[in-house]
Amino acid sequence: MLENASALQLVLSGDPGLYAIVRLSLEVSLSAVLFAALIGVPAGAFIALTRFPGREGVTILLNALMGLPPVVVGLAVFMTLSRSGPLGSWGLLFTPQAMVIAQTILVAPIIAALSRQTIEDLWVEYRDELAAMNVGPLRRVTTLIWDARFSLMTALLAGFGRAAAEVGAIIIVGGNIDGFTRTMTTAIALETSKGDLPLAIGLGIVLISIVIAINALAWAARRAGLRYAA
Amino acid sequence: MTMRAPASDLPVMLLEVTILGAEVTILDGISLTFDAGAPTVLIGPNGAGKTTLLRAVMGLIQPTRGRIMWGGKESAEPSRRAIVFQRPTMLRRSTEGNVRYALAAAGVPHAERAGRTAELLALVRLDGLEHRPARKLSGGEQQRLALARALAREPALLLLDEPTASLDPYATKAIEDIVRDIAARGVKVVMATHDLGQAKRIVGDIVLLHRGRVIENAPVAEFFEQPRSEEARKFMAGELLV
Repeated sequence: MLENASALQLVLSGDPGLYAIVRLSLEVSLSAVLFAALIGVPAGAFIALTRFPGREGVTILLNALMGLPPVVVGLAVFMTLSRSGPLGSWGLLFTPQAMVIAQTILVAPIIAALSRQTIEDLWVEYRDELAAMNVGPLRRVTTLIWDARFSLMTALLAGFGRAAAEVGAIIIVGGNIDGFTRTMTTAIALETSKGDLPLAIGLGIVLISIVIAINALAWAARRAGLRYAA
Repeated sequence: MTMRAPASDLPVMLLEVTILGAEVTILDGISLTFDAGAPTVLIGPNGAGKTTLLRAVMGLIQPTRGRIMWGGKESAEPSRRAIVFQRPTMLRRSTEGNVRYALAAAGVPHAERAGRTAELLALVRLDGLEHRPARKLSGGEQQRLALARALAREPALLLLDEPTASLDPYATKAIEDIVRDIAARGVKVVMATHDLGQAKRIVGDIVLLHRGRVIENAPVAEFFEQPRSEEARKFMAGELLV
């Protein structure tokens, strides 16, 4: 009880250390979702709308990649960015950028797989009408992405959920450096192991609140949007 | 609003067109010509091949054998023709958004789209419903919106696949009035229907299809007064064509 009260006090007091961690966590996760969306949505649309040899294999692989183990991704990015790795000269290891790269790799397959399904379903519905209107391939893709935007929001939320909750990859490539690469999840892991439960619980409360708030915002936007473009 | 003079896509000539399905012959050696003028009504029982014929004329299905020519060319690009499907899909946009989209797809310049949208919605009597989500319109209103989208292409040839199936008499009359209006503006209308009464009301030529073949092709008065085939007599008598 005492620990819960201290945790709440910490959150409400506006502790600058705590809010720096929250800000970095949001920056990393939202950047990763943004980059993953820029890769995943067009990739999902391409697979949904194009027939090519091995398409089913690619779809199965993409679905399987949704369950990529974060520590394995962390290890792969670590090896790539470490001084002896192929991109070691970029000097990105143990930086927030490395964390964004790792989370983008984790989130992109989730967004791509869910986008593929959403866009393919809408394509089945729209195919005849768009063919009759003689709509070209590029406009077809943009139309389907735009008209499926409220459903695609669910894919982005799933991606954000993955990124916000993730600890295994970013602790490997970020190093959990205080004031530089420490996020909510890595701090919770560290503080719990040190026995500083109030800070860990406080961060946990903030993390869950943020996830709920972003989901609520997305739900409200989806509801408002459907009222005009169901 | 003005419609373009019928030009490039007409006449549409089907030359011995056969289309095979998985295990059946859907169209069987059909030769027909659709030229500018009064509407042509395709009638026939379910499975006669009406929808497939319309899709082939639109260029959405390639013949297995035979040829289709639009304005003397074998190009399948639907530049001056449009189709309204039996169950049109509304884009997830407003009523107005659906028409604007069709205008953009037809290459109408951005500056002209607002005016053209208003004209088209007035023509199909949907003015006042501009901002309603298209998927929340009634069945009859959705058919009229699909007509407006088709007209956005300024077609010389308009193909309608049972546009009044499952509509009540009031909604049916609204569609028929618009179809007559469009035909009077010089657009060639080819319409599939089950409804003999509708075939008479639309007035023009009648093509009776049965089992993928053209059984009869005659002006409406001649078709109803002097049917030449046993199938036509049976169809008009309400007997089942099987």
